[in-house]
Amino acid sequence: MNDSLKRFFDGDIWWSFKQHPLVMIAAVTALLCILASAFAPLVAPHNPFDLKTLNLLDAFTPPSWTTNGKAQFLLGTDDQGRDVLSTIMYGSRVSLVVGICAVLLAMLIGITLGLISGYVGGSVDAFIMRVADIQLSFPAILIALLIDGVARVALPKGMHDQLAVYVLVFAIAASGWVQYARTVRGSTLVERNKEYVQAARVIGRKPLAIMFSHVLPNVTGPVLVLATLHVGTAIITEATLSFLGVGVPPTQPSLGTLIRIGNDFLFSGEWWITVFPGAALVILVLSINVLGDWLRDALNPKLR
Amino acid sequence: MLAFIIRRLLQSVLVMVAVGFIAFSLFNFVGDPVSLMLPPEATQSDRDEVRKSLGLDEPFYVQFGKFVGNAVQGNFGISLRLGRPVSQLLIERLPATLELAMTAAVIGLLVGIPVGVYTALRRNSILAKSLLTGSLIGVSLPNFLIGIFLILIFAVWLGLLPSFGRGDVTKIGLWTTGLLTVTGLKALVLPAITLGLYPVTLIMRLVRSEMMEVLRTDYIKFARARGLSNNAVHFGHALKNTLVPVITITGLQLGGLIAFAIITETVFQWPGMGLLFIQAVQFADIPVMAAYLCLIGLIFVLINLTVDMLYYTVDPRLRISGSAAGGH
Repeated sequence: MNDSLKRFFDGDIWWSFKQHPLVMIAAVTALLCILASAFAPLVAPHNPFDLKTLNLLDAFTPPSWTTNGKAQFLLGTDDQGRDVLSTIMYGSRVSLVVGICAVLLAMLIGITLGLISGYVGGSVDAFIMRVADIQLSFPAILIALLIDGVARVALPKGMHDQLAVYVLVFAIAASGWVQYARTVRGSTLVERNKEYVQAARVIGRKPLAIMFSHVLPNVTGPVLVLATLHVGTAIITEATLSFLGVGVPPTQPSLGTLIRIGNDFLFSGEWWITVFPGAALVILVLSINVLGDWLRDALNPKLR
Repeated sequence: MLAFIIRRLLQSVLVMVAVGFIAFSLFNFVGDPVSLMLPPEATQSDRDEVRKSLGLDEPFYVQFGKFVGNAVQGNFGISLRLGRPVSQLLIERLPATLELAMTAAVIGLLVGIPVGVYTALRRNSILAKSLLTGSLIGVSLPNFLIGIFLILIFAVWLGLLPSFGRGDVTKIGLWTTGLLTVTGLKALVLPAITLGLYPVTLIMRLVRSEMMEVLRTDYIKFARARGLSNNAVHFGHALKNTLVPVITITGLQLGGLIAFAIITETVFQWPGMGLLFIQAVQFADIPVMAAYLCLIGLIFVLINLTVDMLYYTVDPRLRISGSAAGGH
């Protein structure tokens, strides 16, 4: 363990990390966001979902530095008297969980289909890649919206609110698997003809075993970079769907839901209910995207 | 050539059949049309009768065939939420969405091309670099958030522009346009900018990279050697050749703009098809959902087909290896 840590700190990636101050800022910001949301119950100044602590008289308190602000509500409160800072912490929790789970599921689907497509070839390959082509000609957000919309209609009313998060994860994953499948298929086509794969075939290992225990470890590099960049997109997609009112229910708000709630009060002058969750979303996504961009360049030997 | 066209057409038909099938399943498996039409106290024999009169006792493929027949004639039934024929609703809403998407595309071209040319020619100027960084930030911002911030600044704080609706519209035959009145034009500004921001960044980056590529080619060096002025080289020779991919990409993006209009229309309460669709999803208005699905599928298939054909005519390489590669 100590050894690999030492190797990491001596390595190119850590060096490149130290060379880019913007990337370091982004990494610290992303880490802070993730920690604040992961430990929201411990660090958040209030529990916005504990109805006992809410007081409707506190509703629409502006941020603390303005004239009518109160010290205990740093970023003000919303229409139900919930502390905006705390709802943001709890909200980014939902956003991050949905985003990361969706990316993991998309990876799972994409890698599996890509491996099968590249390794088996023939008509299976043609079919999977045709489906991928067709899906790629539609914008991802439209596909996610359609899947989510259909599931919303298909599931019985009571069940939908409970399952909303899972439906959302599935919808976003199903709209994003194509990139992974294409990348993995490409590298699998190269790996398939290498000697170690032939050797594995000669000693009689089953195709599935070859695919997952021999080929897979050799094709995951580019996939990880894709995944980092995809987390940002997935969080935006989730926020957009929730903003449109077809994402997570208001009882379990994500950043998108919070922006949607605040949007109703934009005209009555309560701008902070929208602006702060919006800013949080931008900061979160930007820092993840900067990290992903840097990782792509740092891992690309051609750019060194 | 013929084989290429037939294969593309066949693929388009397959996509439309798949889309139609999803729409059909929405109708038949998701919402039970019988219980939607009858009062809850109806007896079993009532149900059977309605089932028969709707043709729901027929085999699956006959029903699907009938659905396709109706869909081709634009007959999607009656909206559950608004109680009016779906086709009528869509035709009413179509002009609003198309005007918005077209304006956004025009903004994309009018802003994206000059900025792209500028950033390619003055590569190292501070302005070019900040424009490039700005475009990166613009891409990673969620579209609806840009709309909200624009509303906050220009409608709420400055009170310059309206933030919802289409303003006064003029009716020309079936088409309603907001382009002829002052309120209509004012109402168009913020939504069009919001929707146009993505094509601006896309076209700008595309023009920049194409322009830099073209400026390195031999014929540009030759043009310079002939002693042509900088302007003649840049705009007469280089720009012309960068525009072919720009136009095809813009064409391809038009479908995306119509789809993304769902978000912009919701933010600005713009009475287009996208807003209709989102409301249909929230109210489980299946006929509207199915019709929108088919329409957007058709738009995308037609756009992709047209672009493929254009590529084929423009790029002679495709004609040689067309049967082997198939596509671009």
